[in-house]
Amino acid sequence: MNHFIIAPVVLPAVIGGLIILWMRHDMLLQRVFSTAGSVILLGVSLYLAFYASSGEVFVYRLGNWPAPFGIVLMLDELAAMMLVLGAFLAVVVQLYAIGSGWDRKGWHFHALWQFQMMGVMGAFLTGDAFNLFVFFEVLLIASYGLMIHGGGPLRLRAGVQYVIINLLGSTLFLAALGTLYAVTGTLNMADMAVKVAEMPPEDTSLLRTGAVLLMLVFAIKAALVPLHFWLPSTYANAPGPVAALFAIMSKVGIYSIIRFYTLVFPGDSVVESIVADMLLPAALITLVVGQIGVLGGRHLGRVAALSTIGSIGTLVIAVSMFTPDSISAALYYTIHSTLASAALFLIADMIAARRGGELWLTLRPKIRDSGLIAAMFFAAAIAAAGMPPLSGFLGKLLVLDVTRADPWWIGIWSTILVTSLFAIIGFGRAGSTLFWLPFQLQRIEALAEEEGRPPPRGPIPPKLEPDEHIQDIDDAVSPTMTFIAVGALLAGLVAMTVFARPALQMTDAIAEQLFDPQPYVDSVLIEQEGARK
Amino acid sequence: MEALVAIAIGAMSAAGVYLVLRLRTFPTVIGMTMMSYAINVFLFASGRLAVNKPPILDPYAEAAVYTDPLPQALTLTAIVISFGMTAVVVLLALGAFIESGDDYIDMPDADRREDGDTE
Repeated sequence: MNHFIIAPVVLPAVIGGLIILWMRHDMLLQRVFSTAGSVILLGVSLYLAFYASSGEVFVYRLGNWPAPFGIVLMLDELAAMMLVLGAFLAVVVQLYAIGSGWDRKGWHFHALWQFQMMGVMGAFLTGDAFNLFVFFEVLLIASYGLMIHGGGPLRLRAGVQYVIINLLGSTLFLAALGTLYAVTGTLNMADMAVKVAEMPPEDTSLLRTGAVLLMLVFAIKAALVPLHFWLPSTYANAPGPVAALFAIMSKVGIYSIIRFYTLVFPGDSVVESIVADMLLPAALITLVVGQIGVLGGRHLGRVAALSTIGSIGTLVIAVSMFTPDSISAALYYTIHSTLASAALFLIADMIAARRGGELWLTLRPKIRDSGLIAAMFFAAAIAAAGMPPLSGFLGKLLVLDVTRADPWWIGIWSTILVTSLFAIIGFGRAGSTLFWLPFQLQRIEALAEEEGRPPPRGPIPPKLEPDEHIQDIDDAVSPTMTFIAVGALLAGLVAMTVFARPALQMTDAIAEQLFDPQPYVDSVLIEQEGARK
Repeated sequence: MEALVAIAIGAMSAAGVYLVLRLRTFPTVIGMTMMSYAINVFLFASGRLAVNKPPILDPYAEAAVYTDPLPQALTLTAIVISFGMTAVVVLLALGAFIESGDDYIDMPDADRREDGDTE
């Protein structure tokens, strides 16, 4: 048994605890330990990914209790991919948080960051449905703290909404688990898959209820319409690096959908395609709502948040086909959209730091480092809107390709293509207001005066107070580091494009493994001491 | 007994949903508490209702009579988590009330205004 499987959960827990107990008053020590912890976490994830790439499924029995009774962690290729993605994002965004000085705006930033990573990593690794609930709670508690980091009335209000909607989600999750336990008598995912497959079709009404309730929970987490209301104000009001880290949190919902509905409730099981039938329309509406929001947004934070919703729509369209090819496309798009939305949030935060903390798309004088930030925004917007040459384009092509067999393909194709146009126009307008029009400011003002109209919006506000709840560029520890962090995310997008073929081979292998759950079930239930057979 | 438990769960959920849909934080917190009570009773009942049976196997008993212990463990975990979460949401609501001067859940006008000033 490889004890490294539990390391991604234990390591952040230990480091977070150490930071809270011993380093509360020493920012430098916190930064060093927290960054070192995240880097080691990335190393461990890469090692586990290498280990899992053999195609075998590894099971870690906590306390060595036999499987349906004890809690198991499991590592397969999908879990390993998500671990690496999460750890990479954590390292890069943490560099940004340190470089921009956001981590000084309140207490316990680094400790909460580590606990957040513990929850995310645990949710990817666990093989037990109730344990999944517990890890969801761990990552949510940490995210509540991170979301209101720095305080301020707007952020606290958005925080209350975020906490309440997630508490309702947790309540639903428990209801779903109770229903499934009452029907199957187990909470281990592999064991549940066996029980569901053996269930006579006439006794499945309660099981269907459970499957749909669970779907709703994951849809809240993934922000699918109509359960997306919490996302725009949460992401737009959260500190920039926190919103960027949240990009991996909505993917926890997607991950859980893929895991549960390929393993426990596959399309040929007794619940049939009930979930896939619900997912497709929801995903299409999500895509439309998100991209129209990008088109109409007047606040850059909201534009970034709504483009995240749009990318989740595209992603879930691919997921809802539930074929090996479509899951492979969805996984490729998952990596792409995580990096792209994180980059967008960080760039929005860079702009906010240089505009006195405001992100409304109104005319303001030219900001500092305008050219470099404009180039980065351009790259991130191209990726998020799905234009060539970056990976968003390839991802969208893949999604279009896998929906060809669907009877609704005309509707799906036209939705994806038309909403892409919306996103392009929306991002183009945001970019021109932020970066292009400031060069014309004097002419526009002169024109307004000539026509007797009031002049457009005034100058950038002066530097904020040091304890203001918005980050200012003059408080930044190292602006270079923030550029390096965003550059690393964009480099990830470029790498996804250049190495598209190896990436697709990897996601194909993952999808193949997902659609053959027998080795997984065997390794959890049969290959153990005191096994049934 | 089944009918009684079902009615209790239903009544508490209905009250909880009604209160959560209110626009102020205090009723919402109470509603969340009601919902979590309802869910705890529901989880408890998901292992089948039984009277006078211990949640452990007694090797000396004549026939093996016991009730499923797992839902009790789940309920215990759920109670602890919902206590913690209620504390978080109460403190957060208090913070929002003190910072912004009222306890409405929806966003204030300042969030919609173009310049985003909070004064």
